Amino acid sequence: MGILEVKNVGKRFGGLQALSDVNLSVAENTVHAIIGPNGAGKSTLLNCLVGKLIPDTGSVMFDGQSVLGRSPHEINQMGISRVFQTPEIFADLSVMENMMIPCFAKRDGSFEMNGFGAVRHQLDVIEKAKTMLEDMNLYEKRDMHAAAMSRGDKRRLEIAMCLAQEPRLLLLDEPTAGMARADTNNTIDLLKEIKEKRDITIAIIEHDMHVVFSLAERITVLAQGTPLVEDSPENIKGHPKVREAYLGESA
Amino acid sequence: MLGLEKKDTRLFLIVIGLTMLAPFLLNPFPEGSEMAQFNAGYPDLMQRFVIFGIFAIGFNILFGLTGYLSFGHAAFLGVGSYAAMWMFKLFGMNVVPALLLSVVLSGLFAVLIGYISLRRSGIYFSILTLAFAMMSYALAYSVLATDMDGPDKQGLMQKGLTGGETGLQLSVQDPRILGAKAGADGNTPVPNFFGIEMRSATEMNVGDWVFTFSAGYYFSAFVMLIAFYISIRIFRSPFGMMLRAIKSNQQRLNYTGLNPKPYMLAAFVVSGMYAGLAGGLMVAMDPLAGPERMFWTASGEVVLMTILGGVGTLIGPVLGAGLIKYMENILSKINSEILHQWFAWMPDGLEDLVVTLIYPFIGKGWHLTLGLMFMAVVIFLPGGLVEGGQRIMAALRGRKAKDKKSDADADVKPAE
Repeated sequence: MGILEVKNVGKRFGGLQALSDVNLSVAENTVHAIIGPNGAGKSTLLNCLVGKLIPDTGSVMFDGQSVLGRSPHEINQMGISRVFQTPEIFADLSVMENMMIPCFAKRDGSFEMNGFGAVRHQLDVIEKAKTMLEDMNLYEKRDMHAAAMSRGDKRRLEIAMCLAQEPRLLLLDEPTAGMARADTNNTIDLLKEIKEKRDITIAIIEHDMHVVFSLAERITVLAQGTPLVEDSPENIKGHPKVREAYLGESA
Repeated sequence: MLGLEKKDTRLFLIVIGLTMLAPFLLNPFPEGSEMAQFNAGYPDLMQRFVIFGIFAIGFNILFGLTGYLSFGHAAFLGVGSYAAMWMFKLFGMNVVPALLLSVVLSGLFAVLIGYISLRRSGIYFSILTLAFAMMSYALAYSVLATDMDGPDKQGLMQKGLTGGETGLQLSVQDPRILGAKAGADGNTPVPNFFGIEMRSATEMNVGDWVFTFSAGYYFSAFVMLIAFYISIRIFRSPFGMMLRAIKSNQQRLNYTGLNPKPYMLAAFVVSGMYAGLAGGLMVAMDPLAGPERMFWTASGEVVLMTILGGVGTLIGPVLGAGLIKYMENILSKINSEILHQWFAWMPDGLEDLVVTLIYPFIGKGWHLTLGLMFMAVVIFLPGGLVEGGQRIMAALRGRKAKDKKSDADADVKPAE
């Protein structure tokens, strides 16, 4: 029984069957990659996991509880954090403030009316945010406007913000899309480090095979809205069906 | 001080100083001089400065922090006014219970409007709030102004809840169960703060100058200082930070386990309560409430004040409110005769030309000046008057630093 169990999930947009009969089980404390050619339904599947979309059929269970019908913030509070394809951060706020918001969310839940207590007196949150920034080598940039950071730093910050909530499952949507090779390698190292240091399950959607084979312990190949194979990276590499799906796409 | 940071404490002290000394500061010209018409230190106008200041401070909590542009905030101003008026009519002329009811009722009204309007964002939110405010206006103007007593009676509700076009007025026949029905002179009584009448004032003559200290102004100013203090606290609180996060990236907030909806509603309600307080104060200064207070132009005015002063800054909205009210009351008083007096030193033809050129921008045309100013601010100073002030300060500081540097260079040279 995995921490995330997806059973018979289907989703249709008008005439397009984006997902059909998707079954997926992500085991706790592993890195599970979901790969597939363009239009395979990877993003749709991800959106079904985080509450942005509700599947037409099937069930999505996280840690024994259904996530279906819950809003994104509720699912997040259950322990699923999401990293976006383009870093989603609070661009108008300082790096430190960016880091404090998830710390508040972790401490106070989804809503807390504290309109009179000064932020600078929330010492526990400040301390935690500081530690997270130091861990991620972002502490020197704490007073910077988040919008002014480089793409790679924005990605680091976003991941740090997700980790501050101590999630049990971290979902990454093409975390290295549009990155230079050096930045990509940095991100791979960062994710490896995170995996070593924490009890965390990582599910990653990725195009870049270099990233996938550097990180994943288990791979699911999605094609035309349905899982093709699920296996270890070694077996996936030589799998004829996978080659067909990818070659068929690129030929 | 009072749990504020050093910088905020300084700002707060400056604002306290300015409001307390306003009767002096706003009356720089001696009585009877030609410039006396630019004096703004009379109670009626000073009260308006601080009351609209409160209105704009509250509006800025919503618009400045969350970026949600409400175009119907005047509805809360009106609700606050009517609530205070009814408190005066039914219970007594003390302003404290009247203001409390203003704040509570406008807050409840804001829960209702906010709950519905906040289902949408952006322009749709603005339109929804505008629609609600105009519905409130229509209700106050006609629906709620019909005779609710019956044709054969001349009672309290003869002109309905709102008094319609003429507005809600005090009458010596009002019940006022906790106070006198009429004042000492037999007329309608005057709002008071535990016995201190709001319209009482003392004058101080210093040479040619006349300074007026009005109880009403100081009471309003004190209320504004409390409102300003609370707004600083909100800006610096975790709640304020969440509101800024909503403005910055609602998507990320959702996926950070935070629910934007209750935050938005809380901001909307707080902001509505500020507007209600301002409405109540208007009635406390001048006990008359009419539906025009809810008209869309009144909602638009507070938007202008906030943008002109500086959206999302602490002091900006107060400055914006002051500037607009000053122009409305002072610029509009200049007429062509005064202009001719000013330019009498010019040759006749030129004088007429100059007066003709300036005339459209003064008197009733002051809106034209305001419009031009507003465009200039939005285009050149998107941060409003506050940004203007910051730029001037930065330029001065830069020059000072330069002077120092050249001094230092001068010191070095002889040594060579």
